[in-house]
Amino acid sequence: MTDWPLLSLTTFLPLVGALFILAIRGDAQVVARNARNVALLTSVATFVVSLFILGYFDGASAEFQLKESAVWLPGTVISYSMGVDGISVWFVLLSTFLTPICILSSIGAVETRVKEYMVAFLVLETMMVGMFCALDMVLFYVFFEGVLLPMFIIIGVWGGARRVYAAYKLFLYTLLGSVLMLVAMLAMYFNANTTDIPTLMAHSFPQNMQLWLWLAFFASFAVKVPMWPVHTWLPDAHVEAPTAGSVILAGVLLKMGAYGFIRFSVPMFPLASEYFAPLVYTLSIVAVIYTSLVALVQEDMKKLIAYSSVAHMGYVTIGIFSMTTQGVEGALYQMLSHGVVSGALFLCVGVVYDRMHTREIARYGGLAERMPKYALVFMFMTMASVGLPGTGGFVGEFLVLLGVFQVNTWVALFAATGLILGACYALYLYRRVVFGRLTRDDLKSILDLSPREAFMFAPLIVIVIWMGIYPITFLEPMHASVAKLIDNYELARAAAETLSVAAR
Amino acid sequence: MTETFDLMPVLPELLVVLAAMGLLMLGVFRKGDGTASTTSLAAVTLLVAMLLTWAVGGAERVLAFGGLFVLDPFAVFAKVAILAASTIALVMSLNYLDKEKLGRFEYPILILLATLGMMMMVSANDFLSLYLGLETQSLSLYVLAAFHRDSTKATESGLKYFVLGSLASGMLLYGVSLVYGFSGTTSFDGLAKIFGGEHAAHPHLGFVAGLVFVLAGLAFKISAAPFHMWTPDVYEGAPTPVTSFFAVAPKIAAMALLVRVMTGPFGDMTEQWRQIIVFIALGSMFVGAFAAIAQSNIKRLMAYSSIGHVGFMLAGVAAGTAAGVQAVLVYLGIYLTMNVGVFAVILSMRQKGRLVEGIDDLAGLGKTNPAMAAAMAVLMFSMAGIPPMAGFIGKFYVFKAAVDAGLYTLAIIGVLTSVVSAYYYLRIIKVMYFDEAVESFDRASSKALGLVMAAATVVNIVFVAVPGPLLTSAKAAAAVLFPAAG
Repeated sequence: MTDWPLLSLTTFLPLVGALFILAIRGDAQVVARNARNVALLTSVATFVVSLFILGYFDGASAEFQLKESAVWLPGTVISYSMGVDGISVWFVLLSTFLTPICILSSIGAVETRVKEYMVAFLVLETMMVGMFCALDMVLFYVFFEGVLLPMFIIIGVWGGARRVYAAYKLFLYTLLGSVLMLVAMLAMYFNANTTDIPTLMAHSFPQNMQLWLWLAFFASFAVKVPMWPVHTWLPDAHVEAPTAGSVILAGVLLKMGAYGFIRFSVPMFPLASEYFAPLVYTLSIVAVIYTSLVALVQEDMKKLIAYSSVAHMGYVTIGIFSMTTQGVEGALYQMLSHGVVSGALFLCVGVVYDRMHTREIARYGGLAERMPKYALVFMFMTMASVGLPGTGGFVGEFLVLLGVFQVNTWVALFAATGLILGACYALYLYRRVVFGRLTRDDLKSILDLSPREAFMFAPLIVIVIWMGIYPITFLEPMHASVAKLIDNYELARAAAETLSVAAR
Repeated sequence: MTETFDLMPVLPELLVVLAAMGLLMLGVFRKGDGTASTTSLAAVTLLVAMLLTWAVGGAERVLAFGGLFVLDPFAVFAKVAILAASTIALVMSLNYLDKEKLGRFEYPILILLATLGMMMMVSANDFLSLYLGLETQSLSLYVLAAFHRDSTKATESGLKYFVLGSLASGMLLYGVSLVYGFSGTTSFDGLAKIFGGEHAAHPHLGFVAGLVFVLAGLAFKISAAPFHMWTPDVYEGAPTPVTSFFAVAPKIAAMALLVRVMTGPFGDMTEQWRQIIVFIALGSMFVGAFAAIAQSNIKRLMAYSSIGHVGFMLAGVAAGTAAGVQAVLVYLGIYLTMNVGVFAVILSMRQKGRLVEGIDDLAGLGKTNPAMAAAMAVLMFSMAGIPPMAGFIGKFYVFKAAVDAGLYTLAIIGVLTSVVSAYYYLRIIKVMYFDEAVESFDRASSKALGLVMAAATVVNIVFVAVPGPLLTSAKAAAAVLFPAAG
């Protein structure tokens, strides 16, 4: 083990970079270049530090590791405590992995207020990493909400035409859900007299209270996931956000809700989770089928991918609430692979958007002629999104279906139809954009991927293939933590059953 | 509990009163305009008084003037906050008085006297001293509101404030007389003794009526709904530095007074007054959240925002526990930093040497003056209670206390109204960053304003990392009001 506070280091290193950027003075051009360099350097350094977390992480243990603790709010049990287990460690890495790519992608795309943009992204990274590391409920909440601040600014300042509407919608929707969670957290605090997440996981709340608490947390996480019918903020936010904002939004922010389900709802309110599982199934199936159909008719590339994200997250929620090892691991895997794949898809859109300044599908066509490299990358990511075997997307979806089939075959059946629909809209999009004849004049001089862009996609492609052909690397460290989660869940259910039998 | 006849506990008050008289003489007999010097001297006086308060206050509860005056950690906490707020308000108004040609040496003296009244209020241990302090404060504030006497708006606001304020004082006095009539004493300690224990469960109806009148009077002073109507008009009409003074110091004093009255003489009657407090808390939250949405004048917006904040603080009062009082004090401390920062921004909103007050005038500030816009954005996020800004910690403590006291409905409605209020705080950020610039403000007009702005912003960001000092001192201050608990 190490003496270094690795988690705090990973969390606050971007903030240090942000302070550096704030201190940069001088000519606008110079400031922009230096801000980019500092941001890139900081985020890469953060990624390297986060690799150390993985290095010191013991995958065989289900316990929270690399724990840190400090007094935060004196006079209460609320403290600054950090730690990771086999579930959260991957999301920390996902966040630190995607941020440098985002910063790389915004070179050329963002030319106004570069300094502020970079600061916002680094602050965002701090909030994301902190949220996945937090082991104190209140600390979790601070980071969870804190994400909204930079995101609001990123969409509102560097977004598209309807950016103000989108930024407001994102902010108020999410805030409304989260404040209810805050009240639930306070109620939990006074019932269990602690805000320590591991302790709360072991605490058993009264059944009636669990139902209310579950609903309050659901209000927050369902919006964040997003689940149908509270998903409407997502297409707006995605369409208006700058490319890098969309990448982070799809890659990490959507995972926060599902992570919340795994971290809070399931382990802390097992009885309520069982009670409400049919509700989650229903909403998820609607999400999978309905949003896939909606995606099919979209005219805007980003909107199409945004709706596909809602459908993919539907698998995640089904997997989590199947409460089988395969289901939960599949959900986690799907989250990771979706984080990379949908991020890459948004980058693909960004590439052509930077050149043509439109996202309308009808404006494109026949790009394969002029942009062979781009066509290859785009095809690869489309296939990964569809869930072609050999890519990360397949492993996740397959595990989820396997898991839920053991519990409810009907749910598995309906969810599986989503796979077909997914293939329809993804391939249809690809056909319209890349294949066909190159007829438009302005497209005839379009340039293929620049070395910078190719460099940006390379790690994403490597990861997707790795996830597809050797999933054990990623699944192995999860096993212990997921097994513990499911054991506790079964125990709580068994205890409740005995109680109700005894009461009879 | 010791009773002394020495003047140690009232040393800060003595200093302020002597300085006020001295400066008055100085102003009258001095030739030429002495505004700048009297204002600086007054600010120094307040600063020294703050340090003195710190020095004379111990952990013990000390009574003076035959039990009329009390000095305890609670009073020290509130007084330090009040003196800090008054000092900052004075410093911020220096530049304004100069530019608007309002320089009159009475201005700092009126602020000194108002501050003296506030200090008396928080140290009151008897309804008589309470009234004395309250009126000293109010009379000075009435004059201050109308200080810009050539402006019809200012005179109107002063008159409105005076008429309504007098009505509230009258109600308060009527309530006090009822309480006195049914108990035979006006001393807080005496009342606590009489109405403690079993009497608390079934008090005489007349006594409850007295309680209601007292509460109505105090609710007016903290501008809680439904006694809030004067606030937007007075905020808008009064000269801006006066508004920035109104927004903070008197609020702290009146809130501290309310807490002392509710937990002191009526401490055992929580059940009787809680429903009233819950009602006015909900009302204030609603008014603060919804009425602010349609405002276009930033001073009016701040008025409604302060009503909303008062509603949140009252949620802490409604808990009626030491944790609740601690939450109120924490909130007050954070409220102070947020408000002085925002008013520093408002006072810097000058176009071509003229002060502007429209929210639209902030358009494009993110481009024309990035530092000021960033400060304002941080403060707005903090006011909306978005973590990790300081405002979140304040709201968190208040709702924590409310949930602990079982007031779930109040807490849920409270957090929901805070989402509504987030809308109009975000609107200011939107105007500053997302809208196109119209006309930029004059370059930094005053160093003092910039300093206050920067300090308030930094405090609001960093507070989440080092909340310790405020939380512990607020806890100690709250504990003294609940001797039984610990």
